[in-house]
Amino acid sequence: MAPPPNRRSGYSRRAQYGTFFGYIAGIVGALVGGGFLIVSIFNPDAFAGLRGAAADAAEPGGKVVAVGRRETQSFFDVVRGYAVAGVRNAKLERELAEAKIRLVEAQAIAEENTRLKGLLGLAQQDPAPVVTTQLVAATGGSTRRFATLGAGSGRGVVVGMPVRSQLGLVGRVLEVGSSTARVLLVTDTESVVPVRRAQDGVAAFAQGLGDGRLQLRLINLGINPLKPGDVFVTSGSGGLYRPGIALAAVTSVTRDGAIARVLADPAATEFVVVDRVWAQQAEPVATASGTAVAPPAAPGPR
Amino acid sequence: MPSRLVHAVQIRFQRRINRAPSPLVARSVPWLSIMLASVLPTWLFLASAPYVPPFGFLTLLAWRQLRPGLLPVWAGLPLGFFDDLYSGQPLGSAILLWSIAMIVLELIELRFPWRNFALEWAVATALIVVYIVAALGAANAGGGSAHIAFLAPQIILAVLVYPFVGRVVAGLDRFRLIPFLDMSR
Repeated sequence: MAPPPNRRSGYSRRAQYGTFFGYIAGIVGALVGGGFLIVSIFNPDAFAGLRGAAADAAEPGGKVVAVGRRETQSFFDVVRGYAVAGVRNAKLERELAEAKIRLVEAQAIAEENTRLKGLLGLAQQDPAPVVTTQLVAATGGSTRRFATLGAGSGRGVVVGMPVRSQLGLVGRVLEVGSSTARVLLVTDTESVVPVRRAQDGVAAFAQGLGDGRLQLRLINLGINPLKPGDVFVTSGSGGLYRPGIALAAVTSVTRDGAIARVLADPAATEFVVVDRVWAQQAEPVATASGTAVAPPAAPGPR
Repeated sequence: MPSRLVHAVQIRFQRRINRAPSPLVARSVPWLSIMLASVLPTWLFLASAPYVPPFGFLTLLAWRQLRPGLLPVWAGLPLGFFDDLYSGQPLGSAILLWSIAMIVLELIELRFPWRNFALEWAVATALIVVYIVAALGAANAGGGSAHIAFLAPQIILAVLVYPFVGRVVAGLDRFRLIPFLDMSR
């Protein structure tokens, strides 16, 4: 490829100054970027307002594309169904997968109930969700995992609310704009969710690895009781997430815990539900379950 | 009827005598296409892992290599700012890295005035690898703790997809220079 003909500015003062100030502006741009970066490293919320406004402005486009994305996805599902064993089979498999998760959640809830009834003798009902909406965008190239929610402060969403789909926990609201909100997905490396094994309540922390998997770290160290296929649900400690929301299934066991796959993949999530922050409605229950999670039924260690 | 319509459109865009490209379209298409490439992938792929190539950066590189001098050296400032608003990176990361990339490309162009496809792809590959790794550094400094090994698929995808981005940009370049303003009026 030939070099551009207008490279040399020659004797024209104007062209010389133009080239010179172009370089200066480029270097100034880099310095400005460095300054912004330092500010946002030390104060991550510094530009939340700007990001919120930008996400609000881009929301209509995201909603339009979301419809297309959903239809394409369901189209591919149908094609895959024919290829494997017909549409009917695909549908049944989907229902079965959902039923399995429901079953595990139900086991977890039953266990939770017996424990709580013993402790308090209180009846607790699930509160109505704040809003049901869809994820309109998600970060693709960055190693940080954020998603944009199609509802914001205008519909009652506030910072800290948990977001879940019918398959399990998706994340938690981090920043709120007027018609959108930024969600920290559970797969982000900054997200830590207190969890317990669904069948017996082995307590652990689930931290995102950044690539769609979770690192489970057991709270009680000792012989590792986990097996591939174990399903983990939120434990309710910390008071952010309601206990018993399905989160992840173990894929491989490590020395001090396990690597788990997230059940509610944001790419496969059609609609999500935003819940109230758990601790705000049920102080005593949250603290009680927090203290009660670890000891009773953990087999193996000691 | 439709064929007549197609014919009318063809006449409008093919007759080149006494016609000029619209300066507005010719100047805005590079900027708009880079901004669209920054924001469109966040709508299209709700990815659970960082596999999606940084299309905004790839488009910027492609425009810069196809048409040196069309984008000013300082283009990284506004375009990187726009990308930062949607990419999930700490704000300032793309401003800094895109600005540096523009300066580096300027220096490479001074050093190698005559270039071919292989050299352009090699330069772009080096910039893409450094950019993705440096973006991980910025994200981790801003609170994340992702491992560098997770970037391998994204780097490979981005390097392989770059020539196709170049193709699309070349098509956009042809589009932006279509002479459809009638100068005889």
